[in-house]
Amino acid sequence: MAVDKNMNVLIVDDYKTMLRIMRNLLKQLDFNNVMEASDGAEALNLLRQEKFGLVISDWNMEPMTGIQLLREVRGDENLKHVPFIMITAESKSENVIAAKEAGVSNYIVKPFNAETLKSKMESVLGEF
Amino acid sequence: MSPAQERSNLAERLRAFHKKHGDKIGLTALAEFVADSIHSALQDAAAHDQNLHSELQALAKYIEAAKSEISALRPDDVKTDLLPSASDELDAIIQATENATHEIMGATEAIDEIAVAAGGDIEEKLGGETVRIYQACGFQDITGQRIGKVVKALHHIEQKVDALLEAFGDMPSEPGRKTPANGEKKNKAMSDDELLEGPQMPDDAIKQDEVDALLASFD
Repeated sequence: MAVDKNMNVLIVDDYKTMLRIMRNLLKQLDFNNVMEASDGAEALNLLRQEKFGLVISDWNMEPMTGIQLLREVRGDENLKHVPFIMITAESKSENVIAAKEAGVSNYIVKPFNAETLKSKMESVLGEF
Repeated sequence: MSPAQERSNLAERLRAFHKKHGDKIGLTALAEFVADSIHSALQDAAAHDQNLHSELQALAKYIEAAKSEISALRPDDVKTDLLPSASDELDAIIQATENATHEIMGATEAIDEIAVAAGGDIEEKLGGETVRIYQACGFQDITGQRIGKVVKALHHIEQKVDALLEAFGDMPSEPGRKTPANGEKKNKAMSDDELLEGPQMPDDAIKQDEVDALLASFD
């Protein structure tokens, strides 16, 4: 099934710079319906108001971290199937294992390039 | 003398006393023996107190010497000047790189819009290049996080120095060192080395119009 590039994508990061980078990279991939949140709590709020086809989240944020957001999403009957990609500088194997156990769909380590982002998105959503 | 040694000594004295007087011990002899024993025990205790006093004196000298050495390291300067200054400089680096990154991205987004308006081959080629710029801008996020960790470490050291200063109380003044009075540093002619401080913090730096005004004041 073809990937619907009009889907809402939620990007979550406490660094404005990273949100801007992500928005531009997604725009280059023709994903133009992008919404932003600066921490897990704000993201969860948005997720409960709008329908999203993908969440791309940082890990290290306050007050709610990316892993806490992921657990909330997977524990919510209405959100548990939303694809969730973690993009983070937390690059220890323990982090990846914890994220996997919490139900992450894919994991990208910063710094990353556009090709990696595209391939991880395709592994989650299907080729586009 | 340890308690075990004291007990052994007392037993020895009792045996000697028994050998001398046999089973029939007179009241006077017994009273003398008890008085001697108490006197001997008090002498031992006095010697013990003297040793303890000497040990405490040595310990006090050691602590005083340690205070002098720590004072020579100027922990108050480390706490009030060096550490906060280092943290401020690092925060300024984060802010400056963030501002620069947003400038670069603003320009890149403008190029993207021009590329889209041009369309065709130009749009595709420029799009490929702008993606590379966006990717490279990710450095700011990583360096910001790394510097943030260093700032946290500095705050931790600051707390430890604070605890050290509190534990030692008032530090002895470093010989020959005078604390500059308010404004003394500003008024004193600065050496070439002192003038080389690198970039100033935004709040401390004077603005271009202030420079112009200052220069004009010499005319």
